Amino acid sequence: MSPHLVPVEHDSVGRNDRPLQITVDGEPVPGIVGQSLAGVLLADGRLSWRRGPSGAPRGVFCGIGACFDCLITVNGVRDVRACRRRAADGDVVETQRRDEER
Amino acid sequence: MAVRQVAVVGAGPAGLAAAEAALSAGATVTVIESAEQPGGQYHRMLPRAYQATHPQRLQHHWRAFERRRRALLHPDCTWWPECTVWALEQAEPGMPPRVHVLDGSVDGTGRPRRVLEPDALVLATGVHDRVLPFPGWELPGVFTAGAAQALAKGERVVVGDRVVIAGTGPFLLPVAASLTEAGAGVLAVLEANRPATVLRGWASRPWELAAQVGKAAELAEYVVGQVRHKVPYAMGQAVIEARGDGRVEEVVIARVDPDWSVIAGSERTLAVDALCVSHGFSPQLELPMAAGCALTAAGFVEVDEDQRCSAPGVYAAGEITGIAGAPAAVAEGTVAGWFAAGGAPAAVSAARRRAAAGRAFARRLARAHPIGTAWPDWLREQTVVCRCEETTYAALCRAAGAPTREDPRAVRLATRAGLGPCQARICGQTVTEITARAREQADAPRAEPHRRPIAQPIRLGELAAPAAQAGPSDRPNMKESES
Amino acid sequence: MYGTRVVVLGAGIVGAACARELAEAGLEVTVIERDRPAGGTTSHGEGNVLVSDKGPGPELALTLLSMRLWPQVLAALADRGAADTAAVEWDPKGGIVVATTEDGAAELDRFAAAQRAAGVLVERLDSAALAAAEPRLTREVTAAFHYSGDAQVQPAGAATALLSAAVAAGATVRTGCEVLGGTVRGGRLIGVRTSAGAQDADIVVNATGPWSGDVSARIGAPIAVRPRRGEVLVTTPMPPTVFHKVYGADYIAAVGSGSAALQTSAVVESTRAGTILLGSSRRQVGFDDRLRPHVLSAIAVKALRLFPCLADTAVMRCYGGFRPYVDDHLPVMGPDPRLPGLWHATGHEGAGIGLSVGTARLLRQLVLGETPDIDTTAFRVDRPAVLGASNATTTHKERGLA
Repeated sequence: MSPHLVPVEHDSVGRNDRPLQITVDGEPVPGIVGQSLAGVLLADGRLSWRRGPSGAPRGVFCGIGACFDCLITVNGVRDVRACRRRAADGDVVETQRRDEER
Repeated sequence: MAVRQVAVVGAGPAGLAAAEAALSAGATVTVIESAEQPGGQYHRMLPRAYQATHPQRLQHHWRAFERRRRALLHPDCTWWPECTVWALEQAEPGMPPRVHVLDGSVDGTGRPRRVLEPDALVLATGVHDRVLPFPGWELPGVFTAGAAQALAKGERVVVGDRVVIAGTGPFLLPVAASLTEAGAGVLAVLEANRPATVLRGWASRPWELAAQVGKAAELAEYVVGQVRHKVPYAMGQAVIEARGDGRVEEVVIARVDPDWSVIAGSERTLAVDALCVSHGFSPQLELPMAAGCALTAAGFVEVDEDQRCSAPGVYAAGEITGIAGAPAAVAEGTVAGWFAAGGAPAAVSAARRRAAAGRAFARRLARAHPIGTAWPDWLREQTVVCRCEETTYAALCRAAGAPTREDPRAVRLATRAGLGPCQARICGQTVTEITARAREQADAPRAEPHRRPIAQPIRLGELAAPAAQAGPSDRPNMKESES
Repeated sequence: MYGTRVVVLGAGIVGAACARELAEAGLEVTVIERDRPAGGTTSHGEGNVLVSDKGPGPELALTLLSMRLWPQVLAALADRGAADTAAVEWDPKGGIVVATTEDGAAELDRFAAAQRAAGVLVERLDSAALAAAEPRLTREVTAAFHYSGDAQVQPAGAATALLSAAVAAGATVRTGCEVLGGTVRGGRLIGVRTSAGAQDADIVVNATGPWSGDVSARIGAPIAVRPRRGEVLVTTPMPPTVFHKVYGADYIAAVGSGSAALQTSAVVESTRAGTILLGSSRRQVGFDDRLRPHVLSAIAVKALRLFPCLADTAVMRCYGGFRPYVDDHLPVMGPDPRLPGLWHATGHEGAGIGLSVGTARLLRQLVLGETPDIDTTAFRVDRPAVLGASNATTTHKERGLA
C-alpha cells in the first residue's frame, strides 16, 4: 500500500476538508486545503518525486525541513522543500533533477 | 533601566516558555518561528484550514500549551510566524549577534530581509532525528521516525500500512502510538539496545529519576499504550538494510550485540511498505555556532545554570542543550527567558531546579540509549552515506585514508560529502565519525560539521535587496536597522 | 645539494608544490604544518588558475610559466595514480571577461591588446559568439573577451595530490606542529623551534600564505605580507547554467587595488557538482572571519547584474578565506637577505593556486643555483613593499585580534 490520508469519516480530530488542486509535471493532483505539498503528493500515493545526482528516486525523509530530500520546483522556483511549503490551489509543481536542461 | 528587548528563535515548548518568562520579567519580546503556527515538533498542530473540531486529541499537555501560546498575544510580544533566521552577525563586542530574518514562507522568493538587534537572544531551535546510514536507507518509503509522526500528527497522512519502526530511544514509542492512532499497521518497534544497556543507563543514578517523574510517567503511558495495541516491541534488534525496487519493499532485521554488531545468522526479512528510523537526535546547531556558542563534549549547546551560553547575551533552551523531553524544555525555556530579560534569580529557582534535573535526565537518557560503536559494520562499499551527493562509504574511507588528507574540510571537498543542499545536517556527524574511524582517531570533532554561516537558504535576489527599513505596524517592538 | 635539509613551513598548495619540487630534486624535505594540509587559504578559495586577470609584467610571466607547467604536473601525478589526478579536478573551462559600460569596454580592449602582445591567448567575442558561449548571461554587455587558458582546480584536491607526490619523493609531513621561532647560529638560520620540538634545517622555506608575516616575524625577519579576506557564495546544485568563469572587468581593477575598504566585483562560475560559485570580495580586516551580510549582499548585487536569471537561485553556503596580500601585488620568492637560510614563497593573494607550480619550479632553481626559467627579480624579498613596511604586519594583526 501507499501512503494515504486518514479517511475523514474515521478521523477522530473531526476534519472539515476543503479540496484544492495542483499540477505535478502537468498532471492534476487533488489535495485538501492546509496540506503541505509533500502531504498532497504522499496522499496521492506518490512516495518519490525528486531524482538524486545518480537519478535515484527521492521523496520525504526527515519531514521537517532538515534533509532537503523533498525539493521540488514550485511555480517555476527551484529548490522548495515540499514538506515545509503549504500547498496553494493551482500550484504548478515540477519534479526536479540536477542534470536536466532548463 | 531601559526595557530589555529579547528575541526568541523557535516557538516550540522551550521557546514559548522563554517568551512567557521574559514577558513576565518585563521585557519586550519578539518570537521568530519558521512555521505558521507555534508548537514546534512536540506540539505539532494540525493546519488551521483543517478546521478540526478536536485537535487536542493528538496533543499531550494541551492545556498548558494553550496557556503558554497565549504569551504570543501579549501586548509586549511580537509574533513573527513564517520568518526564517538566515544569519546571525556578531557585530558589537559584548552584545548578542544581530538577527537577520527573511519574512515569508520557507524557500519563498522576494521575502523582505529584516534585522533585529536585541539585548538578549534565546535560541530554542530544537532537534531533528539522527539516522545512521545503512544499505537502502535512501529508498523512498524510508522515513525518519520524526517525519512519520509529523505527517500523522500534523497532516493526518499515514506513511504506510505495514510499518517497522527501528533505532534507539524511548521516542520510538510515541511514534508508534501516533502511527497506530492514525490507522497504520505497525509490525514492530525495534530498539537496538538491549535491556541490560537501557536499565544500566536508567539505574545508574536512580535519584535523578525522581525529579523527572512526569517524564517517566509519560513514557510509561506510551508503553502501556503499546501493550494495549499489541505492537511487538523488541530490544537488541536492528534494521540493518532496506531493500526494494525504487521504494522500500522489505527490511532486513538482525539481532545485535550491545555494540550493535550483527549476530551472524540472526538476519530475517520482513515485507513492509514503510520504515521509520531514529538513532537519536541531532541538535540544529547552525545558529548557536554562528552566535559563537561553545558546545559540550556530547555535541549540544553548552549552558550554565541560567541557560547562558558562552557567547555574550545568548541563551539556549530545549533540546539543543540535550534531549530530555518537553517538560525539561519548558523549564529551560522559563529560565532562559527570565534571565534574558534581566530577571532576578530567586523568582525562577524552581524552574532552575527542574532544568538542572532535566539535564541530569538527558545524561541518563543518552546513557540508556547509546549508539553502538559497531554500526559502520552494517555498511557496504556502495552504501550511500551523504544522501545529497550520494557519497559512498568506500569513497569516504578512501579519501579519509589518504595520509596527506587529514583536514576534514579536504575530505569533504574531495568526496563532496556534506556539501549538498542539506549542508551536512543529516550526514555531518556520521561523516566525521567514519573519517575518524578510518584514520583510527579516538575522538571525532563535534562542532566542525555544523558551521553553516548561511543558516537557511536565501535566494540571490533576496540577498541583493537591502534589508527593510521599518517593519509593518504589527511588528513595532524591535528596532530595525539597515544591513 | 644532496643531503640538504629543507623545512617547508605550510602545507597549503604553495608549500606542497615547493615540497614536491625540492624533494624530487633530491633534497631532504620536511613539511611543517600548524594545522592540517590544505586546511587554510587553499581550501577557502575557488581554485583559480587564471591568466585573464594578469596584465603584462612579471606576474604574467610567472602565470605563463605556471600554465606551461600544469599539464606536466598533471601528467606526472597521473603516472602516480588515477585517484590523485581525479582529485585535482582540472577543468580547462576558459574565462570570459565582460564590460558593461562603454568606458569599461575601451579599457578592456586596451588591456586585452596588451595581454595579446605579451603572448596571452585572448579572443574578442561578438554578441552572437557571447550568446552561444554563455546563453544566460545578460545581454547588456559592451565588450567580451574569451581566454582559453583560464582553468579551475579543486584546490584542496590539488594541494593534497602535490603533497602526496612530495611524500612519494621522500618528503616528510609533520602536522599539528606550529613554528614558534627560528634557531640562529652565527647569523644563519639553522632550524626552527616548533610546538613539537626543534627541527634542524639548512634551508627554511616560509610558505605560510597570509600568516607569512607573522611566521617571518617569529623567525626574526618580518616581511609585509598581510591577510586580505575574500568571500564566495555557493548556490544549490543547478542544471548547467554558467559554462565558463565569467567575470566583470572591474574584477581586474579590484585585484590590483590596494584599498583596505570593501571591494566587490562579479565572478561567476559553475563547479562539477552543479553548484555556482559567486564572488568576489576583498577586505583588509586582519584575521577577522565573522560573517558580514552586507558583504554577501554586495556580491549578490554584482553577480545578478551579470546573470539576472539567478535571482531565484538559492544560496546554501558561503565561505571566506584569507589571502596573502603584498602592497605591490607581487608574490615574494627567494632568499631573505637579512637572514641566510631563510627563504620565502608567499604573497600570491588570490592567485596562489594557479601560480603554485611556477613558484615551486623557480624556487627549486634558485635553491639549486640554476638559472631560473624566468626573471625573478621582481619577486625578490629585498624590495620596499616586502621589507620597507614590515611594521604594518604587526599593526594589522593587532587590529584583527581586537
